[in-house]
Amino acid sequence: MTRYLVRRVSQSVAVLFIVSVIVFAILHFLPGSPARAMLGIRATPGAIAAFNAANGYNRALPVQYLLYIDRLGHGNLGFSYHFDQSVGSLLGLDLPKTAVLVGASYVLALLIAIPMGIVQALRREKVLDHTLTAFSFVGYAMPTFWLGILLVVLFSATLHMFPSEGPQGATVAAAFANPGALVLPVATLTIVTVAQFSRFMRASAVENLLQDYIRTARAKGLSTWQMATRHLLRNSILPIITLVGLSLPAVLSGAIIVEALFNYPGMGWLFWTATGAHDYPVLMGFTIVIAAATVIGNLLADIAYAMADPRVRYQQA
Amino acid sequence: MTTTDVLDPSTPHLPGEPAAGTRSLRGAIRDFFRNRMGLIGVAAIVFMLLFSFVGPLLYPTDQIHPDLLRITRPPSAQFPLGTDQVGYNVLGRLMVAGQSSLEVGLAAAVIATLVGTIWGAVAGFVGGWVDSVMMRIVDALLAIPALLLVLLLTTILNPNIVMVIFVLGLISWLITARLVRGQVLVLRGLDFVQAARQFGERPWRIVTRHLVRNVIGLVVVQATFEVANAILLFAALSFLGLGPPPPAANWGGMLNDGLNYVFDGYWWLIYPAGICIVITVVAFNLIGDAIRNSFDVRLRTK
Repeated sequence: MTRYLVRRVSQSVAVLFIVSVIVFAILHFLPGSPARAMLGIRATPGAIAAFNAANGYNRALPVQYLLYIDRLGHGNLGFSYHFDQSVGSLLGLDLPKTAVLVGASYVLALLIAIPMGIVQALRREKVLDHTLTAFSFVGYAMPTFWLGILLVVLFSATLHMFPSEGPQGATVAAAFANPGALVLPVATLTIVTVAQFSRFMRASAVENLLQDYIRTARAKGLSTWQMATRHLLRNSILPIITLVGLSLPAVLSGAIIVEALFNYPGMGWLFWTATGAHDYPVLMGFTIVIAAATVIGNLLADIAYAMADPRVRYQQA
Repeated sequence: MTTTDVLDPSTPHLPGEPAAGTRSLRGAIRDFFRNRMGLIGVAAIVFMLLFSFVGPLLYPTDQIHPDLLRITRPPSAQFPLGTDQVGYNVLGRLMVAGQSSLEVGLAAAVIATLVGTIWGAVAGFVGGWVDSVMMRIVDALLAIPALLLVLLLTTILNPNIVMVIFVLGLISWLITARLVRGQVLVLRGLDFVQAARQFGERPWRIVTRHLVRNVIGLVVVQATFEVANAILLFAALSFLGLGPPPPAANWGGMLNDGLNYVFDGYWWLIYPAGICIVITVVAFNLIGDAIRNSFDVRLRTK
C-alpha cells in the first residue's frame, strides 16, 4: 500500500507540475501583455517598462516561471482586470455555488445510475434494458445546453413550474434560499451525468455477473434480489469510485454550460464572462484550480479504490 | 453531453487488455454489416451528409443576406421550417449549418487520430522516462476540462472554422494516445516478439507490422467517438457565443439564436437544429459501437 501511495502521489505531483507549465506557456503566448491589459493601450513605453520591472516580467522565462509558482504557492492567483478583484476572492465567492450545483448533480446521478445499471445488467437484452440504453444513448448525444433549453420550454414556458433562471445573489446562501430555482440547472446536469454513469455501471455489472462468485451465490439458493444487493452491487460499484474522480472535468464542463444557460452566478458563469472580457488572469487562475481539483480528486479516488479493493494494489504496485 | 474528457463512452476494457483481437479485417467488415444498429448509424450519417451537402443544390436558399421583412415566420408552404430572427430560411440554414458541423467533427477527429496514434506509439516504443513524461503530459491535459481548454484557446485565437478544427483536434487526441500506447506495450510483451528478439530481429519492426493490424480497430472506433465529441464541443462553443460569427452557420449557433425565443413559442428555432445534432452524434456512436463489436471476439461470446 505504501509503495502504491508513493507512486500515485509522485505521479500526481508530476502532472500538477506539467499543468502549471502549460498554463504558464499559454499565458506567455497571449497576444498583448499584462502591462497593456493593466495600463491600457495609451500607456507610455516608460510606464510599461516600469510595470514590467515591478512585476518581474522583464526577467528570463524560467525565473518568471519560478516567480509564478511562488505566487501560486502563496495563494496568489492573480488579479482580475475586468472584475477589479483578486482572482482568489472571486473564487472564494463563486466556487461554493458551483460546488452546490455539481455536488447535488453528482449525488442524484449516482443514486439513479447505480440501480439503473444493475437493473439493466440483470434484464440484459430485454425490453427494459434496450429502453434504458436508448435513453442513455440519446442523453449522451444531447448537447447539455439543448437539454437545458428543452427543460425550460417544458417546465418554465409551458407549465410555469420552475423559474428559467438559477438562484441569484452573491453568496452561497442565496442558492439555498431559493431551491426551486436550482431544480432545472441541477436536473440538466444530472440527466447528462446519468447518461454517462449508467453505461459504466451496466458494463461493470455485466462483467461481474459472469464471475464465479455470482454462480456460487445463485447455487446456494440466494434470490436474485439478495444476490444483487449482497454481491453484485458491492463489486460493481467499485469502478464507479474511479469514475467519480475521472468524470470531474466532464461534469465541470457541463457546469460551465449550465451556469451560462441558467445565468447562475457560479464559477462556470464567471469563467464564461471572463472569456468575453478577455480577462486572462481569471481564466488562468481557474484553469489551474480546476486542474488541481481534478488531479487531487483522481488521486483520492484511486486511494479509496485501493483501500476498498486490495487487488488493485498488488496489480499495480 | 459536451465532453468527452476522460469518458470514453463505453469502456468495458481494462487497461492493457488487447481490446481488438487479431481478427481478419474482412471478417470484421462482414460482421459490421450484420449489425443492425451499426447500419442504422451509417444510414443516418449518409442521410445527414446528403442533406447538408447535396440538399442546398436541390433547395437553394440565401443564407448570406438577412431579410428583415420576414423574420421569425412560422412554418408555411414557402418556408417549411419557418424563418429565423434575421429572416433566413431555417430549413436551408440547417443544411448549410450541417456542412460546417460535419466538417469540423470529421476533420478534428482525423487530426486527433493522427496525433494520438503517433504520440501513443512513440511513448510505447521508446518506453522509460520518455514514456513517463509523454503520458504525464496526457494526464495533465486530461485534468483540464476540454471545454475550458477550447474556450481559452478560442479567446486567444480567432474563431474561424480552420482554427476551431485545429483547436478541437489538438485537445481530442488524448484517449487515442492512451489506447495506442497500451496496445504497443501489450504487443511488446508478447512471446513471439520476445522470441523474435532472441533471433536478432529488430522488435519494433515486428511490432509495427502487427501494430497496424491490431491497433486499426481500436483507433477507428475511438475516431468515430471523437467525431461525435467534436461535433458536441463545437456546438457548445457556438452556443457560448465563441464560434465563427454570422453569416457562417452551424447547429450550435442556430440554437444560441433560438434561445432568445424560448418564451415566444418559436419551436422551429429550438427543435430542428438540436434534433440534427442528436441524430448525428447518436449515429456516430452507434457506428463506433458496431465496429468495436465486430472487431472484438471476446465481447460477442457473452
